[in-house]
Amino acid sequence: MVILLPYLWLAIFFLAPFVIVLKISLSQSVLAQPPYTPVLDLTAGWQGLKEFAAQLSLDSFRLLASDSLYLLSYVKSLQVASISTALLFALGYPIAYGMARAPRAWQPMLVMAVVLPFWTSFLIRIYAWINILQRDGLLNDVLMRLHIIDAPAAWLSSDTAIYIGMVYSYLPFMVLPLYASLEKIDESLLEAASDLGCPSWKAFWLVTFPLSLPGVAAGALLSFIPIVGEFVIPDLLGGSESQMIGQTLWTEFFSNRDWPVASAIAIALLGLLLVPLLFYERLQQRSLEGGRT
Amino acid sequence: MATGGADQGIGGRAPLIRFEAVSKRFGAVVAVETLTLDIAQGEFFALLGPSGCGKTTLLRMLAGFETPSEGRIFLGGEDIVPVPPHRRPVNMMFQSYALFPHLTVEGNIAFGLRQENAGREEIHARVAEMLDLTRLQGFGGRKIHQLSGGQRQRVALARSLIKRPRVLLLDEPLAALDKKLRAETQFELMELQRKLGTTFVIVTHDQEEAMIVADRIAVMNQGRLMQVATPTEIYEQPNSRWVADFIGEVTIIEGRTTVPGSVDSALGPLAVADRAAGAGKTLWLALRPEKISMSGHRPAGEKNAVAGTIFEIGYRGETSAYKVRLDDGSLMKVSIANVNARGRAPYAEGDAVWLSWPPDAGIVLTG
Repeated sequence: MVILLPYLWLAIFFLAPFVIVLKISLSQSVLAQPPYTPVLDLTAGWQGLKEFAAQLSLDSFRLLASDSLYLLSYVKSLQVASISTALLFALGYPIAYGMARAPRAWQPMLVMAVVLPFWTSFLIRIYAWINILQRDGLLNDVLMRLHIIDAPAAWLSSDTAIYIGMVYSYLPFMVLPLYASLEKIDESLLEAASDLGCPSWKAFWLVTFPLSLPGVAAGALLSFIPIVGEFVIPDLLGGSESQMIGQTLWTEFFSNRDWPVASAIAIALLGLLLVPLLFYERLQQRSLEGGRT
Repeated sequence: MATGGADQGIGGRAPLIRFEAVSKRFGAVVAVETLTLDIAQGEFFALLGPSGCGKTTLLRMLAGFETPSEGRIFLGGEDIVPVPPHRRPVNMMFQSYALFPHLTVEGNIAFGLRQENAGREEIHARVAEMLDLTRLQGFGGRKIHQLSGGQRQRVALARSLIKRPRVLLLDEPLAALDKKLRAETQFELMELQRKLGTTFVIVTHDQEEAMIVADRIAVMNQGRLMQVATPTEIYEQPNSRWVADFIGEVTIIEGRTTVPGSVDSALGPLAVADRAAGAGKTLWLALRPEKISMSGHRPAGEKNAVAGTIFEIGYRGETSAYKVRLDDGSLMKVSIANVNARGRAPYAEGDAVWLSWPPDAGIVLTG
């Protein structure tokens, strides 16, 4: 019974929605309510079920493969997610390391500082960034006062703006798992390394970094996966020359009202994200077997 | 009190380690106070004391993890205070073992040699030698979490010995082992130390452990040395009430000398072998429980005999610990070996008994 519970949870909150989306992705778009066909009618009995199955098709997936618009969106998403994750790591690791090495008494406050932005609505924070990045915004103002630039630069509606938004929004997702794994490392391990003839900069690479790898993996995936599907940040801060997959999906759903294609995009995205997810799963398995205590 | 640098029983040998008026303060807390101590080459030396007495701080200063607030520390004649831990020819075995969880047994043991950029061949040979020495043959490829507590302890030992340090520091090395394994490991440590000839400095709060393994013991309290001597001297000739009370069980009787060889106490005049104590001064007589005999009637021919009633009996197996209420109301501790096959000694709580001891059993303490 207790074992069943997680499966039940999974069935209700993951499997059921997934099956619905999968079904819609195999349907045809029509001008009707709901905007796709066939609709499953269980009252028609066995015969109805067979007819229903016969009407399902892979047309939406064929469209995804044939129109480069979709492929480009996927590539763009992966590119943005990879670069953002790399930037997040480069910025987040020193922050997490500093937090873990800070005096014990300060640490709850530092964690609080990392989490604090969550207290304000995500949307409002992104709008605030529009304000900062626009032509007569805070960023240009400061840069010009410091004489770093002479004329206002166009920050908004560019990939730079997307990266700024991503790094800003997802930093806690990178920092917190890194901090959790760094904070767990026993101080005496570093003393032992030093005792055995290892200078401290080297001990970082031989002891601290390898032991923080589970945190690196968790942080990277907790950032990478949602960034791939991110819609709000590229839509509000990015330009219009190329779309991320979230934006393409949105367009299909709400502008084109083509639910089957939108669902197919979502299914394909899920397939795409399965790769890093399985990788993470294996890593977790390994660290569990590693029994880090 | 034996706190002088010269007369600590290393018999004129040049000390390998010398603490010279070393103090260590953490903020307002004084962990070690103007302490001077010599440790000879090849000694198995124990730092013993209650928690917070400064023994671990002393060890960590030797390893280089703490810097003395004052004083100097010499190793082989060289002041090592300015030398960072990774350049000191000492290695430490940590209380928590501090084994690297991401490395194998071999990786852990080889860690120190790798820092010296030793060749592959040499590392391999010396790791094998260490695995042999610590009876870990065949465990080289295991991860740390696959080992038992005793095996981890041996990996930690092998890792700290592979660089052939001039001094091996052991911080409560056996605290995590169960009693039986601890007893076996104590003898293994002694054997190892004899075989290698390396100077071992062990920190422990377990007096029995210190007595078993060490050639000499420094008893510490509140950052100071109370006594530095061999285990026998510390037990049989403690230099103060504090040491007598800290090491083993003891009954302390307050008194005053009037004539040499006799101490006046609340129990009447007691004969002592130590005739050196000055007359008229308050002094204390320390009696070890195993040196006292118990009988049902007044023993004939004993100079020291007192009557009392058995107040409490603690059965320990090989011995029983008695607390006897004497006529003046004080309690005296007596330990009797349970030599009878039937186990329990022939006394019961409430029995009236006589306690006696020879004059040389009483240790006369002036402080």
